[in-house]
Amino acid sequence: MKYLCLVYYDEKKIQQLSQQEWDSLNRECMECVEGLTQGGHFLDGAPLLSTETATTLRVRDNKPLITDGPFAETKEQLAGFYMLEARDMNEAIRLAEKIPPARYGCVEIRPVRELMEQDNRR
Amino acid sequence: MPPPLSIEQRIAAIYRNESGRVLATLIRLLQGNFDLAEDALQDAFMAALSQWPRDGIPDNPRAWLVSTGRFKAIDRLRKHVRQDSYLEELAQTLENATQTQPLEDDDTIEDDRLRLIFTCCHPSLAMEARVALTLREVCSLTTEAIAAAFLVPVPTLAQRIVRAKNKIRNAGIPYQVPEPEALPERLEAVLPVIYLVFNEGYSASSGAQITQHDLSAEAIRLGRLLQILLPDAEVIGLLALMLLHDARRGGRTSANGDLIPLEEQDRMLWNHAQIREGCDLVVQALQSGPPGVYTLQAAIAAVHAEAPTAEATDWAEITGLYDVLLGINPSPIVELNRAVALAMRDGPEAGLQAIDKLRDHKDLQRYHLLHAARADLFRRLGQSQDAIRCYQQALDLVKQEPERHFLQQRLASLQQ
Repeated sequence: MKYLCLVYYDEKKIQQLSQQEWDSLNRECMECVEGLTQGGHFLDGAPLLSTETATTLRVRDNKPLITDGPFAETKEQLAGFYMLEARDMNEAIRLAEKIPPARYGCVEIRPVRELMEQDNRR
Repeated sequence: MPPPLSIEQRIAAIYRNESGRVLATLIRLLQGNFDLAEDALQDAFMAALSQWPRDGIPDNPRAWLVSTGRFKAIDRLRKHVRQDSYLEELAQTLENATQTQPLEDDDTIEDDRLRLIFTCCHPSLAMEARVALTLREVCSLTTEAIAAAFLVPVPTLAQRIVRAKNKIRNAGIPYQVPEPEALPERLEAVLPVIYLVFNEGYSASSGAQITQHDLSAEAIRLGRLLQILLPDAEVIGLLALMLLHDARRGGRTSANGDLIPLEEQDRMLWNHAQIREGCDLVVQALQSGPPGVYTLQAAIAAVHAEAPTAEATDWAEITGLYDVLLGINPSPIVELNRAVALAMRDGPEAGLQAIDKLRDHKDLQRYHLLHAARADLFRRLGQSQDAIRCYQQALDLVKQEPERHFLQQRLASLQQ
Protein backbone atom coordinates (compact mmCIF):
# COMPACT_ATOMS: atom_id res chain seq x y z
CA MET A 1 0.00 0.00 0.00
CA LYS A 2 0.99 3.60 -0.50
CA TYR A 3 1.03 5.95 2.45
CA LEU A 4 1.54 9.71 2.36
CA CYS A 5 3.38 10.95 5.40
CA LEU A 6 2.69 14.63 6.01
CA VAL A 7 5.30 16.27 8.21
CA TYR A 8 4.14 19.12 10.45
CA TYR A 9 6.03 21.29 12.89
CA ASP A 10 5.83 24.67 14.58
CA GLU A 11 7.76 26.93 12.22
CA LYS A 12 8.55 29.33 15.07
CA LYS A 13 10.42 26.57 16.91
CA ILE A 14 12.40 25.69 13.79
CA GLN A 15 13.27 29.39 13.28
CA GLN A 16 14.93 29.29 16.68
CA LEU A 17 17.43 26.63 15.56
CA SER A 18 20.90 27.89 14.65
CA GLN A 19 21.95 27.55 11.01
CA GLN A 20 24.23 24.72 12.09
CA GLU A 21 21.45 22.82 13.86
CA TRP A 22 19.08 23.38 10.93
CA ASP A 23 21.66 22.12 8.43
CA SER A 24 22.34 19.09 10.55
CA LEU A 25 18.60 18.29 10.71
CA ASN A 26 18.48 18.57 6.90
CA ARG A 27 21.45 16.22 6.52
CA GLU A 28 19.58 13.76 8.74
CA CYS A 29 16.59 14.01 6.38
CA MET A 30 18.87 13.23 3.43
CA GLU A 31 20.12 10.13 5.25
CA CYS A 32 16.55 9.17 6.06
CA VAL A 33 15.56 9.40 2.37
CA GLU A 34 18.65 7.38 1.47
CA GLY A 35 17.69 4.62 3.93
CA LEU A 36 14.06 4.55 2.79
CA THR A 37 15.18 4.40 -0.85
CA GLN A 38 17.52 1.49 -0.20
CA GLY A 39 14.72 -0.38 1.54
CA GLY A 40 12.47 0.16 -1.50
CA HIS A 41 10.02 2.28 0.51
CA PHE A 42 10.64 5.80 -0.80
CA LEU A 43 8.43 6.71 -3.75
CA ASP A 44 8.58 10.49 -3.59
CA GLY A 45 8.90 13.37 -1.20
CA ALA A 46 9.92 16.97 -0.74
CA PRO A 47 10.48 19.54 1.97
CA LEU A 48 8.53 22.79 1.70
CA LEU A 49 9.49 26.42 2.17
CA SER A 50 7.81 28.12 5.12
CA THR A 51 4.09 29.06 5.13
CA GLU A 52 5.13 32.73 4.63
CA THR A 53 5.57 31.76 0.99
CA ALA A 54 2.16 30.06 0.72
CA THR A 55 -0.80 31.18 -1.36
CA THR A 56 -4.25 29.67 -0.98
CA LEU A 57 -6.56 29.39 -3.95
CA ARG A 58 -10.28 28.69 -3.99
CA VAL A 59 -12.49 28.59 -7.04
CA ARG A 60 -16.02 29.86 -6.38
CA ASP A 61 -18.58 30.55 -9.10
CA ASN A 62 -15.84 29.82 -11.62
CA LYS A 63 -13.79 32.66 -10.18
CA PRO A 64 -10.45 32.17 -8.50
CA LEU A 65 -10.20 33.57 -4.97
CA ILE A 66 -6.65 34.04 -3.89
CA THR A 67 -5.48 34.69 -0.36
CA ASP A 68 -2.13 35.05 1.28
CA GLY A 69 -0.83 32.29 3.54
CA PRO A 70 -1.88 28.70 4.35
CA PHE A 71 -5.56 27.77 4.43
CA ALA A 72 -5.74 27.56 8.21
CA GLU A 73 -3.94 29.22 11.08
CA THR A 74 -2.66 26.26 13.05
CA LYS A 75 -0.06 25.71 15.72
CA GLU A 76 1.93 23.38 13.47
CA GLN A 77 2.38 23.88 9.75
CA LEU A 78 2.91 21.48 6.88
CA ALA A 79 6.65 21.25 6.31
CA GLY A 80 7.05 18.46 3.79
CA PHE A 81 5.86 15.06 2.67
CA TYR A 82 7.07 11.52 2.05
CA MET A 83 5.21 9.12 -0.23
CA LEU A 84 6.05 5.65 1.08
CA GLU A 85 5.39 2.10 -0.01
CA ALA A 86 4.60 -0.10 2.99
CA ARG A 87 3.04 -3.50 3.58
CA ASP A 88 0.49 -2.12 6.03
CA MET A 89 -0.12 0.63 8.59
CA ASN A 90 2.23 -0.97 11.10
CA GLU A 91 5.12 -0.87 8.66
CA ALA A 92 4.20 2.67 7.63
CA ILE A 93 4.32 3.74 11.29
CA ARG A 94 7.72 2.10 11.78
CA LEU A 95 9.10 3.84 8.68
CA ALA A 96 7.60 7.21 9.63
CA GLU A 97 9.25 6.97 13.06
CA LYS A 98 12.54 7.50 11.25
CA ILE A 99 11.51 10.86 9.76
CA PRO A 100 13.73 13.30 11.71
CA PRO A 101 11.29 16.24 12.13
CA ALA A 102 8.88 13.85 13.90
CA ARG A 103 11.01 14.73 16.95
CA TYR A 104 9.93 18.40 16.67
CA GLY A 105 6.39 18.18 15.37
CA CYS A 106 4.31 15.31 14.08
CA VAL A 107 3.79 13.08 11.07
CA GLU A 108 0.30 12.37 9.78
CA ILE A 109 0.18 8.99 8.01
CA ARG A 110 -2.55 8.69 5.39
CA PRO A 111 -3.31 5.75 3.11
CA VAL A 112 -3.52 6.80 -0.53
CA ARG A 113 -6.51 6.00 -2.74
CA GLU A 114 -6.64 5.68 -6.47
CA LEU A 115 -8.71 7.82 -8.80
CA MET A 116 -11.08 5.58 -10.73
CA GLU A 117 -13.65 5.99 -13.47
CA GLN A 118 -16.39 4.89 -11.07
CA ASP A 119 -16.97 3.40 -7.58
CA ASN A 120 -14.45 5.82 -6.11
CA ARG A 121 -13.78 5.31 -2.41
CA ARG A 122 -14.37 8.12 0.04
CA MET B 1 -27.29 -36.97 38.58
CA PRO B 2 -28.37 -34.06 36.35
CA PRO B 3 -30.21 -35.07 33.16
CA PRO B 4 -27.91 -35.32 30.13
CA LEU B 5 -27.72 -32.13 28.04
CA SER B 6 -29.79 -31.97 24.90
CA ILE B 7 -27.89 -31.54 21.64
CA GLU B 8 -29.18 -27.94 21.39
CA GLN B 9 -27.83 -27.20 24.87
CA ARG B 10 -24.48 -28.68 23.90
CA ILE B 11 -24.38 -26.60 20.73
CA ALA B 12 -25.25 -23.50 22.78
CA ALA B 13 -22.37 -24.31 25.15
CA ILE B 14 -20.01 -24.74 22.20
CA TYR B 15 -21.21 -21.36 20.90
CA ARG B 16 -20.40 -19.68 24.23
CA ASN B 17 -16.97 -21.29 24.52
CA GLU B 18 -15.83 -21.30 20.93
CA SER B 19 -17.42 -18.41 19.06
CA GLY B 20 -14.70 -15.96 20.16
CA ARG B 21 -11.90 -18.23 18.94
CA VAL B 22 -13.67 -19.17 15.72
CA LEU B 23 -14.39 -15.52 14.91
CA ALA B 24 -10.77 -14.51 15.53
CA THR B 25 -9.54 -17.23 13.19
CA LEU B 26 -12.14 -16.48 10.51
CA ILE B 27 -11.13 -12.81 10.48
CA ARG B 28 -7.58 -13.87 9.68
CA LEU B 29 -8.60 -16.44 7.06
CA LEU B 30 -10.92 -13.88 5.47
CA GLN B 31 -8.09 -11.36 5.10
CA GLY B 32 -9.17 -9.09 7.93
CA ASN B 33 -12.74 -8.65 6.72
CA PHE B 34 -14.61 -8.37 10.04
CA ASP B 35 -18.13 -8.19 8.63
CA LEU B 36 -17.68 -11.18 6.39
CA ALA B 37 -16.20 -13.15 9.30
CA GLU B 38 -19.15 -12.29 11.58
CA ASP B 39 -21.61 -13.43 8.90
CA ALA B 40 -19.56 -16.58 8.29
CA LEU B 41 -19.58 -17.37 12.02
CA GLN B 42 -23.38 -17.11 12.13
CA ASP B 43 -23.66 -19.23 8.96
CA ALA B 44 -21.38 -21.89 10.44
CA PHE B 45 -23.47 -22.15 13.62
CA MET B 46 -26.69 -22.25 11.60
CA ALA B 47 -25.20 -25.15 9.65
CA ALA B 48 -24.19 -26.84 12.92
CA LEU B 49 -27.74 -26.49 14.26
CA SER B 50 -29.15 -28.24 11.22
CA GLN B 51 -26.45 -30.90 10.73
CA TRP B 52 -25.19 -31.88 14.19
CA PRO B 53 -28.53 -33.15 15.58
CA ARG B 54 -28.62 -35.53 12.57
CA ASP B 55 -24.92 -36.45 12.20
CA GLY B 56 -23.68 -35.98 15.75
CA ILE B 57 -21.21 -33.39 17.09
CA PRO B 58 -17.86 -33.67 15.27
CA ASP B 59 -14.71 -34.68 17.21
CA ASN B 60 -13.24 -31.23 16.79
CA PRO B 61 -16.17 -28.80 16.66
CA ARG B 62 -13.89 -25.75 16.50
CA ALA B 63 -12.11 -26.98 13.37
CA TRP B 64 -15.46 -27.91 11.83
CA LEU B 65 -16.83 -24.43 12.49
CA VAL B 66 -13.74 -22.69 11.11
CA SER B 67 -13.76 -24.80 7.98
CA THR B 68 -17.53 -24.46 7.45
CA GLY B 69 -17.33 -20.71 8.10
CA ARG B 70 -14.65 -20.34 5.45
CA PHE B 71 -16.74 -22.19 2.84
CA LYS B 72 -19.85 -20.20 3.78
CA ALA B 73 -17.88 -16.98 3.32
CA ILE B 74 -16.83 -18.04 -0.17
CA ASP B 75 -20.50 -18.81 -0.95
CA ARG B 76 -21.51 -15.36 0.23
CA LEU B 77 -18.78 -13.69 -1.81
CA ARG B 78 -19.76 -15.64 -4.93
CA LYS B 79 -23.25 -14.12 -4.73
CA HIS B 80 -21.86 -10.60 -4.81
CA VAL B 81 -18.76 -10.81 -6.99
CA ARG B 82 -20.38 -9.35 -10.06
CA GLN B 83 -20.88 -6.02 -8.31
CA ASP B 84 -17.48 -5.61 -6.75
CA SER B 85 -13.96 -6.29 -7.97
CA TYR B 86 -12.59 -6.32 -4.39
CA LEU B 87 -14.96 -9.14 -3.44
CA GLU B 88 -14.14 -11.03 -6.61
CA GLU B 89 -10.45 -10.87 -5.82
CA LEU B 90 -11.08 -11.90 -2.19
CA ALA B 91 -13.24 -14.86 -3.27
CA GLN B 92 -10.48 -16.04 -5.61
CA THR B 93 -7.77 -15.72 -2.94
CA LEU B 94 -9.89 -17.62 -0.43
CA GLU B 95 -10.69 -20.39 -2.83
CA ASN B 96 -7.02 -20.87 -3.64
CA ALA B 97 -6.20 -20.81 0.07
CA THR B 98 -8.74 -23.52 0.96
CA GLN B 99 -6.89 -25.82 -1.40
CA THR B 100 -3.42 -25.13 -0.01
CA GLN B 101 -3.83 -24.17 3.67
CA PRO B 102 -4.28 -27.10 6.04
CA LEU B 103 -6.62 -26.63 8.99
CA GLU B 104 -5.22 -24.69 11.87
CA ASP B 105 -3.73 -26.21 15.00
CA ASP B 106 -4.73 -24.89 18.41
CA ASP B 107 -1.65 -22.66 18.81
CA THR B 108 -2.46 -20.73 15.67
CA ILE B 109 -6.02 -20.32 16.86
CA GLU B 110 -4.87 -18.92 20.22
CA ASP B 111 -2.60 -16.51 18.32
CA ASP B 112 -5.66 -15.39 16.39
CA ARG B 113 -7.34 -14.25 19.59
CA LEU B 114 -4.27 -12.17 20.39
CA ARG B 115 -4.26 -10.79 16.83
CA LEU B 116 -7.89 -9.79 17.31
CA ILE B 117 -7.15 -7.99 20.59
CA PHE B 118 -4.18 -6.08 19.17
CA THR B 119 -6.12 -5.12 16.04
CA CYS B 120 -9.20 -3.93 17.96
CA CYS B 121 -6.90 -1.96 20.29
CA HIS B 122 -4.64 -0.51 17.59
CA PRO B 123 -3.30 2.93 18.57
CA SER B 124 -4.47 4.31 15.21
CA LEU B 125 -8.05 3.91 16.49
CA ALA B 126 -9.59 6.42 18.89
CA MET B 127 -10.00 5.20 22.47
CA GLU B 128 -13.81 5.05 22.26
CA ALA B 129 -13.58 3.10 19.00
CA ARG B 130 -11.11 0.65 20.58
CA VAL B 131 -13.43 0.10 23.54
CA ALA B 132 -16.52 -0.45 21.39
CA LEU B 133 -14.77 -2.73 18.94
CA THR B 134 -13.09 -4.82 21.65
CA LEU B 135 -16.35 -5.37 23.52
CA ARG B 136 -18.12 -6.25 20.28
CA GLU B 137 -15.51 -8.48 18.61
CA VAL B 138 -13.45 -9.92 21.47
CA CYS B 139 -16.10 -10.10 24.19
CA SER B 140 -19.05 -10.79 21.82
CA LEU B 141 -21.26 -8.20 23.53
CA THR B 142 -24.16 -6.98 21.42
CA THR B 143 -24.15 -3.43 20.09
CA GLU B 144 -27.26 -2.76 22.21
CA ALA B 145 -25.56 -3.95 25.40
CA ILE B 146 -22.46 -1.81 24.79
CA ALA B 147 -24.59 1.24 23.97
CA ALA B 148 -26.61 0.77 27.17
CA ALA B 149 -23.50 0.36 29.31
CA PHE B 150 -21.91 3.56 27.99
CA LEU B 151 -25.21 5.46 27.92
CA VAL B 152 -24.96 6.30 24.21
CA PRO B 153 -27.70 5.80 21.62
CA VAL B 154 -27.49 2.46 19.77
CA PRO B 155 -27.09 4.07 16.29
CA THR B 156 -24.16 6.17 17.59
CA LEU B 157 -22.40 3.10 18.88
CA ALA B 158 -23.17 1.06 15.76
CA GLN B 159 -21.75 3.89 13.64
CA ARG B 160 -18.63 3.98 15.82
CA ILE B 161 -18.04 0.28 15.20
CA VAL B 162 -18.65 0.61 11.45
CA ARG B 163 -16.16 3.50 11.24
CA ALA B 164 -13.54 1.57 13.19
CA LYS B 165 -13.88 -1.47 10.92
CA ASN B 166 -13.66 0.74 7.85
CA LYS B 167 -10.54 2.36 9.19
CA ILE B 168 -8.95 -1.02 9.85
CA ARG B 169 -9.60 -2.03 6.25
CA ASN B 170 -8.90 1.28 4.50
CA ALA B 171 -5.82 2.31 6.45
CA GLY B 172 -4.30 -1.15 6.17
CA ILE B 173 -4.19 -1.88 9.91
CA PRO B 174 -2.87 -5.46 9.83
CA TYR B 175 -4.31 -8.47 11.66
CA GLN B 176 -1.12 -9.13 13.57
CA VAL B 177 0.47 -9.60 16.94
CA PRO B 178 3.16 -6.88 17.09
CA GLU B 179 6.82 -7.81 16.79
CA PRO B 180 8.54 -8.27 20.17
CA GLU B 181 10.29 -4.88 19.95
CA ALA B 182 6.98 -3.06 19.40
CA LEU B 183 5.16 -5.06 22.07
CA PRO B 184 5.60 -2.76 25.11
CA GLU B 185 4.42 0.26 23.11
CA ARG B 186 1.47 -1.62 21.64
CA LEU B 187 0.45 -3.01 25.03
CA GLU B 188 0.20 0.61 26.14
CA ALA B 189 -2.67 0.91 23.67
CA VAL B 190 -4.37 -2.30 24.84
CA LEU B 191 -4.23 -2.14 28.66
CA PRO B 192 -6.00 1.24 29.04
CA VAL B 193 -8.90 -0.13 26.98
CA ILE B 194 -9.37 -2.98 29.45
CA TYR B 195 -8.94 -0.68 32.46
CA LEU B 196 -11.42 1.85 31.05
CA VAL B 197 -14.01 -0.89 30.61
CA PHE B 198 -13.34 -2.02 34.18
CA ASN B 199 -13.67 1.48 35.65
CA GLU B 200 -16.81 2.18 33.70
CA GLY B 201 -18.33 -0.76 35.54
CA TYR B 202 -16.64 -0.11 38.88
CA SER B 203 -17.52 3.54 39.35
CA ALA B 204 -21.08 2.78 38.32
CA SER B 205 -23.41 5.72 38.53
CA SER B 206 -26.85 4.78 39.78
CA GLY B 207 -29.55 3.57 37.44
CA ALA B 208 -27.62 1.27 35.18
CA GLN B 209 -25.83 -0.72 37.86
CA ILE B 210 -26.59 -4.20 36.58
CA THR B 211 -25.16 -3.54 33.14
CA GLN B 212 -22.24 -1.67 34.67
CA HIS B 213 -21.30 -4.60 36.88
CA ASP B 214 -21.19 -6.78 33.78
CA LEU B 215 -18.62 -4.39 32.32
CA SER B 216 -16.23 -4.96 35.24
CA ALA B 217 -16.69 -8.70 34.94
CA GLU B 218 -16.10 -8.44 31.20
CA ALA B 219 -12.89 -6.47 31.77
CA ILE B 220 -11.64 -9.08 34.24
CA ARG B 221 -12.47 -11.85 31.77
CA LEU B 222 -10.54 -9.95 29.10
CA GLY B 223 -7.65 -9.44 31.52
CA ARG B 224 -7.55 -13.18 32.26
CA LEU B 225 -7.63 -14.02 28.55
CA LEU B 226 -4.76 -11.62 27.83
CA GLN B 227 -2.79 -13.00 30.79
CA ILE B 228 -3.07 -16.53 29.37
CA LEU B 229 -2.11 -15.41 25.88
CA LEU B 230 0.61 -12.95 26.84
CA PRO B 231 1.81 -13.16 30.46
CA ASP B 232 3.70 -9.86 30.41
CA ALA B 233 4.41 -8.21 33.81
CA GLU B 234 1.99 -5.31 33.21
CA VAL B 235 -0.73 -7.64 31.90
CA ILE B 236 -0.49 -9.56 35.19
CA GLY B 237 -0.35 -6.27 37.11
CA LEU B 238 -3.53 -4.97 35.47
CA LEU B 239 -5.39 -8.21 36.18
CA ALA B 240 -4.26 -8.05 39.82
CA LEU B 241 -5.37 -4.41 40.09
CA MET B 242 -8.84 -5.18 38.73
CA LEU B 243 -9.27 -8.25 40.94
CA LEU B 244 -8.23 -6.34 44.06
CA HIS B 245 -10.56 -3.41 43.41
CA ASP B 246 -13.39 -5.71 42.46
CA ALA B 247 -12.87 -7.81 45.60
CA ARG B 248 -13.89 -4.80 47.71
CA ARG B 249 -17.16 -4.33 45.83
CA GLY B 250 -19.24 -5.97 48.57
CA GLY B 251 -18.11 -3.41 51.14
CA ARG B 252 -18.15 -0.30 48.99
CA THR B 253 -21.81 0.57 49.12
CA SER B 254 -24.46 0.40 51.83
CA ALA B 255 -27.77 -1.44 51.43
CA ASN B 256 -29.39 1.74 50.05
CA GLY B 257 -26.57 2.32 47.53
CA ASP B 258 -24.52 4.95 49.42
CA LEU B 259 -20.74 4.96 48.99
CA ILE B 260 -18.76 3.89 52.04
CA PRO B 261 -15.18 5.23 52.30
CA LEU B 262 -12.39 2.67 52.55
CA GLU B 263 -11.67 3.27 56.26
CA GLU B 264 -15.33 2.65 57.20
CA GLN B 265 -15.89 -0.46 55.08
CA ASP B 266 -16.72 -3.77 56.73
CA ARG B 267 -13.75 -5.84 55.63
CA MET B 268 -15.64 -9.08 56.28
CA LEU B 269 -17.70 -8.22 53.20
CA TRP B 270 -14.66 -8.21 50.95
CA ASN B 271 -14.00 -11.22 48.72
CA HIS B 272 -10.94 -12.64 50.46
CA ALA B 273 -10.32 -15.48 48.00
CA GLN B 274 -10.15 -12.92 45.21
CA ILE B 275 -7.85 -10.71 47.32
CA ARG B 276 -5.48 -13.68 47.77
CA GLU B 277 -5.47 -14.28 44.02
CA GLY B 278 -4.81 -10.59 43.38
CA CYS B 279 -1.96 -10.49 45.91
CA ASP B 280 -0.35 -13.61 44.40
CA LEU B 281 -0.54 -11.98 40.97
CA VAL B 282 1.12 -8.82 42.33
CA VAL B 283 4.04 -10.92 43.54
CA GLN B 284 4.19 -12.66 40.17
CA ALA B 285 4.12 -9.32 38.30
CA LEU B 286 6.85 -7.85 40.51
CA GLN B 287 9.03 -10.89 39.78
CA SER B 288 8.47 -10.63 36.02
CA GLY B 289 10.30 -7.37 35.44
CA PRO B 290 10.67 -3.75 36.52
CA PRO B 291 7.28 -2.68 37.89
CA GLY B 292 5.03 -0.63 35.60
CA VAL B 293 2.12 1.64 36.45
CA TYR B 294 -0.50 -1.08 36.73
CA THR B 295 1.67 -3.36 38.85
CA LEU B 296 2.47 -0.50 41.25
CA GLN B 297 -1.18 0.49 41.58
CA ALA B 298 -1.99 -3.18 42.18
CA ALA B 299 0.71 -3.36 44.85
CA ILE B 300 -0.87 -0.35 46.58
CA ALA B 301 -4.31 -1.97 46.34
CA ALA B 302 -2.80 -5.17 47.78
CA VAL B 303 -1.45 -3.35 50.85
CA HIS B 304 -4.91 -1.87 51.45
CA ALA B 305 -6.65 -5.19 50.87
CA GLU B 306 -4.38 -7.15 53.21
CA ALA B 307 -4.70 -4.74 56.14
CA PRO B 308 -7.06 -6.05 58.86
CA THR B 309 -8.27 -2.49 59.63
CA ALA B 310 -7.76 0.98 58.14
CA GLU B 311 -5.58 1.98 61.13
CA ALA B 312 -3.40 -1.11 60.76
CA THR B 313 -2.68 -0.29 57.08
CA ASP B 314 1.04 -0.02 56.28
CA TRP B 315 0.87 3.65 55.24
CA ALA B 316 4.65 3.94 55.04
CA GLU B 317 4.68 1.14 52.46
CA ILE B 318 1.89 2.81 50.51
CA THR B 319 3.64 6.20 50.52
CA GLY B 320 6.81 4.50 49.31
CA LEU B 321 4.95 2.76 46.48
CA TYR B 322 3.46 6.11 45.41
CA ASP B 323 7.00 7.53 45.31
CA VAL B 324 8.08 4.76 42.91
CA LEU B 325 4.93 5.29 40.85
CA LEU B 326 5.64 9.03 40.64
CA GLY B 327 9.15 8.20 39.46
CA ILE B 328 7.90 6.39 36.36
CA ASN B 329 4.62 8.24 35.87
CA PRO B 330 4.67 11.80 37.20
CA SER B 331 1.05 12.89 37.50
CA PRO B 332 -0.72 15.40 39.76
CA ILE B 333 -3.42 12.83 40.54
CA VAL B 334 -0.81 10.37 41.81
CA GLU B 335 0.71 13.24 43.84
CA LEU B 336 -2.70 13.85 45.39
CA ASN B 337 -3.09 10.17 46.30
CA ARG B 338 0.38 10.21 47.80
CA ALA B 339 -0.55 13.25 49.88
CA VAL B 340 -3.56 11.41 51.26
CA ALA B 341 -1.38 8.42 52.19
CA LEU B 342 1.14 10.80 53.75
CA ALA B 343 -1.64 12.28 55.91
CA MET B 344 -2.35 8.80 57.21
CA ARG B 345 1.35 8.20 57.90
CA ASP B 346 2.36 11.60 59.34
CA GLY B 347 -0.96 13.22 60.28
CA PRO B 348 -3.47 15.56 58.60
CA GLU B 349 -1.22 18.68 58.70
CA ALA B 350 1.44 16.91 56.64
CA GLY B 351 -1.20 15.86 54.14
CA LEU B 352 -2.62 19.38 53.89
CA GLN B 353 0.82 20.84 53.29
CA ALA B 354 1.44 18.35 50.48
CA ILE B 355 -1.96 19.09 48.90
CA ASP B 356 -1.38 22.85 49.12
CA LYS B 357 1.59 22.45 46.81
CA LEU B 358 -0.77 20.93 44.20
CA ARG B 359 -3.62 23.40 44.41
CA ASP B 360 -2.43 25.59 41.55
CA HIS B 361 -1.94 22.69 39.16
CA LYS B 362 -4.22 23.25 36.18
CA ASP B 363 -5.25 19.59 35.96
CA LEU B 364 -6.44 19.59 39.55
CA GLN B 365 -8.29 22.89 39.80
CA ARG B 366 -11.55 21.35 38.62
CA TYR B 367 -10.90 17.98 40.30
CA HIS B 368 -13.48 17.44 43.04
CA LEU B 369 -11.35 14.90 44.90
CA LEU B 370 -8.67 17.52 45.69
CA HIS B 371 -11.26 19.56 47.57
CA ALA B 372 -12.84 16.45 49.08
CA ALA B 373 -9.42 15.32 50.37
CA ARG B 374 -8.74 18.73 51.95
CA ALA B 375 -12.22 18.75 53.46
CA ASP B 376 -11.62 15.35 55.02
CA LEU B 377 -8.28 16.43 56.53
CA PHE B 378 -9.77 19.64 57.99
CA ARG B 379 -12.60 17.53 59.40
CA ARG B 380 -10.11 15.25 61.12
CA LEU B 381 -8.31 18.28 62.56
CA GLY B 382 -11.64 19.53 63.95
CA GLN B 383 -11.52 22.67 61.74
CA SER B 384 -15.18 22.46 60.78
CA GLN B 385 -15.48 25.82 58.99
CA ASP B 386 -12.59 25.03 56.63
CA ALA B 387 -13.96 21.54 56.08
CA ILE B 388 -17.45 22.89 55.21
CA ARG B 389 -15.96 25.35 52.70
CA CYS B 390 -13.94 22.56 51.01
CA TYR B 391 -16.90 20.14 50.88
CA GLN B 392 -18.90 22.90 49.15
CA GLN B 393 -16.12 23.39 46.60
CA ALA B 394 -16.01 19.63 45.97
CA LEU B 395 -19.80 19.55 45.56
CA ASP B 396 -19.62 22.29 42.91
CA LEU B 397 -17.37 20.05 40.81
CA VAL B 398 -18.53 16.48 41.45
CA LYS B 399 -20.31 14.76 38.57
CA GLN B 400 -21.27 11.30 39.79
CA GLU B 401 -24.42 10.93 41.83
CA PRO B 402 -23.20 8.45 44.51
CA GLU B 403 -20.16 10.65 45.18
CA ARG B 404 -22.34 13.77 45.39
CA HIS B 405 -24.58 12.06 47.89
CA PHE B 406 -21.60 10.99 50.00
CA LEU B 407 -20.18 14.55 50.06
CA GLN B 408 -23.59 16.00 50.96
CA GLN B 409 -23.87 13.61 53.90
CA ARG B 410 -20.42 14.58 55.16
CA LEU B 411 -21.29 18.26 54.81
CA ALA B 412 -24.60 17.80 56.62
CA SER B 413 -22.94 16.00 59.55
CA LEU B 414 -20.61 19.01 60.02
CA GLN B 415 -23.36 21.59 59.78
CA GLN B 416 -25.40 19.98 62.58
